[in-house]
Amino acid sequence: MRPRAFTYHAPSSIAEVIDILEQHGAEARVLAGGQSLVPVMKLRLASPKHIVDITRVPALDLIRGDDGALLVGALATHEAIENSALVQAHCPVLAEAASHIADPIVRNRGTIGGNLCHADPAADFPLAAIALGAELIAAGRASSRAIPIDRFFAGFLTTALKPDEILTALRIPKPPPHSGGAHLKLSRRSNGLAIVGAAVMLAMDDDGNCTDVRVALAGMGPMPIRAAAAERALRGNRITQAVIVDAAALAPRQTDPPSDVHGSAEYRRTIAPVIVGRALKLAAERAGALL
Amino acid sequence: MSTITVTVNGVVYREEIEPRLLLVDFLRDNLCLKGAHIGCEDGVCGACTVIVAGRAAKSCMMFAVQADGVEILTVEGLAQGARLHPIQEAFTEQHGLQCGFCTPAMVLSTYQLLARNPDPTAEQIRRGISGNICRCTGYTNIVKAVAAAAVKLRGAKASDAS
Repeated sequence: MRPRAFTYHAPSSIAEVIDILEQHGAEARVLAGGQSLVPVMKLRLASPKHIVDITRVPALDLIRGDDGALLVGALATHEAIENSALVQAHCPVLAEAASHIADPIVRNRGTIGGNLCHADPAADFPLAAIALGAELIAAGRASSRAIPIDRFFAGFLTTALKPDEILTALRIPKPPPHSGGAHLKLSRRSNGLAIVGAAVMLAMDDDGNCTDVRVALAGMGPMPIRAAAAERALRGNRITQAVIVDAAALAPRQTDPPSDVHGSAEYRRTIAPVIVGRALKLAAERAGALL
Repeated sequence: MSTITVTVNGVVYREEIEPRLLLVDFLRDNLCLKGAHIGCEDGVCGACTVIVAGRAAKSCMMFAVQADGVEILTVEGLAQGARLHPIQEAFTEQHGLQCGFCTPAMVLSTYQLLARNPDPTAEQIRRGISGNICRCTGYTNIVKAVAAAAVKLRGAKASDAS
């Protein structure tokens, strides 16, 4: 399997990256870790004429605190995120999602920015980013802008990034006290993509009432989505096993799961409440709920 | 065409290549290092694993141009003359291979695992080599070989220190 020929660019600054993207428009693709793009090019599902390798742009892989929030550079690898003490302290669900991606060799090279921009509806990082309410920082010619994660995914393998913009970082707000998160997925192999996946973040008040919750689903439509009905069933209510089971049952509402070789739509609708229920229970326990 | 300079097993190579050339093809065809094997070509089997800039990488999942200026270690760089690397010795002694197709990659994943975690549990070994598929052994003897290699490497380190 050999990709079609392309011109290789290795710019060393964001300004140069934007120049090349502006010049070549839709014929250019950004290459980071390459763990999604290279296989897609080998299968000739994509044959970009220009490859813009951004890994020589310095400092795009940094993970650092930023006024109470956490900034995760787009080139931070899955492995770096999985093992980052900062990530584990600030938003362990992101490290947990990282540890569930593919295998240790892929995690050495794959990047969070690449994973988000590939926008695979079965991928793991988009779920954690949605659950955490992240903002994505996109750099363009004139300036940077922050895109709320809820507006980032625009369809199957499609994002809100403009052709001459690149993702430079995620900004993750500090989760409130008494909050917990979890990422879980069902896949055929431990290294595989999710048939159905879920990430949740849940916050409680001192009495154990749910003050905020975000539930993100993979494998339930053309892009990662929030389970709004399940969230509504939890918000404001005291977190109990029964409330979690009732909320999880609503997870397939307003979803449009595919039928494919990995499972039928009906199977995914059946499995989603199970995965969401387990993720909610785990998150509630981590938030300190006594179930 | 692009010109790249890479150091493979301590030898510096300067080669002119097509940007679409995969690293595994560069190693096998341009440098005649056949230890990195081509299996699934889809990033699943791990048979093409080499160490790129100190980290295990699937060489069929990257272009050779991405390795410009980088140091690479392949299985050919492990033994010192006729003396096998302790990981290779352990795989031999514990029968950690049958057909051998996955073995160079398995050995290099072990190399990375033990560099990061010199005393892994059986569970950590299984996770550590989970990017490499073996269709012969059922993994039992590979896990034993990795554990035995860990003992050998810890012993070598201790005797170096004393």
